[in-house]
Amino acid sequence: MLVTRIKNEAELKEAFSGRTLAISCHGCREVFFPEDQVEKALNQYRNCLVGAASLDYLCREDFSQVYLQKMENLITQSSRVVIFSCGVGVQVWAKLLPGKIVLAGCNSFNINGFQGLTPTRWNCHQCGECWLNTTAAICPLTACSKGLLNGPCGGAKNGKCEVHPSVDCGWHLIYERTQATGQKFLPAQKVAVRDYRRLVTGTTTREG
Amino acid sequence: MVLAEKLTQGKFALTSEIGPPKGTEIEPVLQEAEHLRGKVDAFNVTDLQSSVMRLGSLATCRLLVERGLEPVFQITCRDRNRLALQSDLLSAYVLGIRNVLCLTGDHPVLGDHPGAKPVFDLDSVSLLYAATTLMEGRDLAGNPLQGKPEFFLGAVVSPVADPAQPQIAKMEKKIEAGARFFQTQAVYDLKAFENFMKSVSRFHIPVMGGIVLLKSAGMAKFMNEKVAGVSVPERYIKMMASARKEERVKVSISIAAELIKGMKDLCQGIHIMPLGWEKYVPEVLTAAGF
Repeated sequence: MLVTRIKNEAELKEAFSGRTLAISCHGCREVFFPEDQVEKALNQYRNCLVGAASLDYLCREDFSQVYLQKMENLITQSSRVVIFSCGVGVQVWAKLLPGKIVLAGCNSFNINGFQGLTPTRWNCHQCGECWLNTTAAICPLTACSKGLLNGPCGGAKNGKCEVHPSVDCGWHLIYERTQATGQKFLPAQKVAVRDYRRLVTGTTTREG
Repeated sequence: MVLAEKLTQGKFALTSEIGPPKGTEIEPVLQEAEHLRGKVDAFNVTDLQSSVMRLGSLATCRLLVERGLEPVFQITCRDRNRLALQSDLLSAYVLGIRNVLCLTGDHPVLGDHPGAKPVFDLDSVSLLYAATTLMEGRDLAGNPLQGKPEFFLGAVVSPVADPAQPQIAKMEKKIEAGARFFQTQAVYDLKAFENFMKSVSRFHIPVMGGIVLLKSAGMAKFMNEKVAGVSVPERYIKMMASARKEERVKVSISIAAELIKGMKDLCQGIHIMPLGWEKYVPEVLTAAGF
């Protein structure tokens, strides 16, 4: 199970720094979805918005494909799509929009128990500090066998991971997608180091 | 420390590599290093290379220091979290080790304990950053240190990877995080290496080109198929395949010498990875004009 929490002010400001289509997931809402905060953010950044929608189960590729067709106009008008959902929703939309910048508006936190409702090949590690906005909406924790945050190791061959020739190199996918969206590969930022406290805080299971 | 002096003064440097044994029989490995005394500037000591459990790099480095040989301590992020990595860096310093090569490390599934937990709490970039913060007198969490280490920090890059851009972008991250020299993956394609050196010349950082001695045509084919960033040209494979068994070493030495001659005007050093053929390194160096 998971909890989504809205990203901090600075990250939201950066996400909304262009003509934005904002999509909230109205799907499983497993334990908590920051509905009021998303509304507040949409209001705060209303001048950047070309549109906003609240949809069911962004993690379902077939559902999302149908929504996308209906919103073609808005997507064309936008320079970026900001998704308020768990990391799966963000990654599914990134896949459906290969040339578009897709950004996460939330961090997803893990709670022990049944994982999600929809079987999907897209993974969200529920790490509590979503990295998708620096990695072209492909999760480096789940797409890279080593979960590397600062770029590819030297182990990939022909775009495939050293762990197994059938496994794509996650960082190769990230690089390819930055070429398609025009995002910077390894954007200037502080050296990325995970905060493992976020795997358990923000949830209630351990803190009582 | 010779390696740091040479590389920072723009002089040409040579390094070789030794792999600690699987077990406690350390003498043969130290003998290999002894054969190269005075011929190379420093010895990389691998850190459980290919994810195979062995004697440690730190202890082996110290044994080299005791014998007056200069080590390059290879340290990977595969087996230790950020506490253990920083602690081992401090330990290395008090044991007289100054050159540190920061690596991410192979995945454990490639080695002889494939069920081991892959740690990767840090990666090569954040490890370099952690080492840099230690040198500044604090740890990765910002806590002050009582006494700070000094290191000559190195990193690796795969110069003929395809595409090259992601590797170069990461190289830049490593420099920002504190890398002061680079050693490369094995180079067999001089043209590709030249292109790589042109594209990283703006970094103004010493690069040591990597040499792996070819042992057979089969090894070359295996590397082409399996090893990232390595592409042995057909010409070398044919040379190895057509050589009679007793001539193979000679042919291998001449290929390595040809590559070193081709590389030495493009970069600032050569790093030889003999992979068991340590005893031929002096001949390689002689054939290459050193």
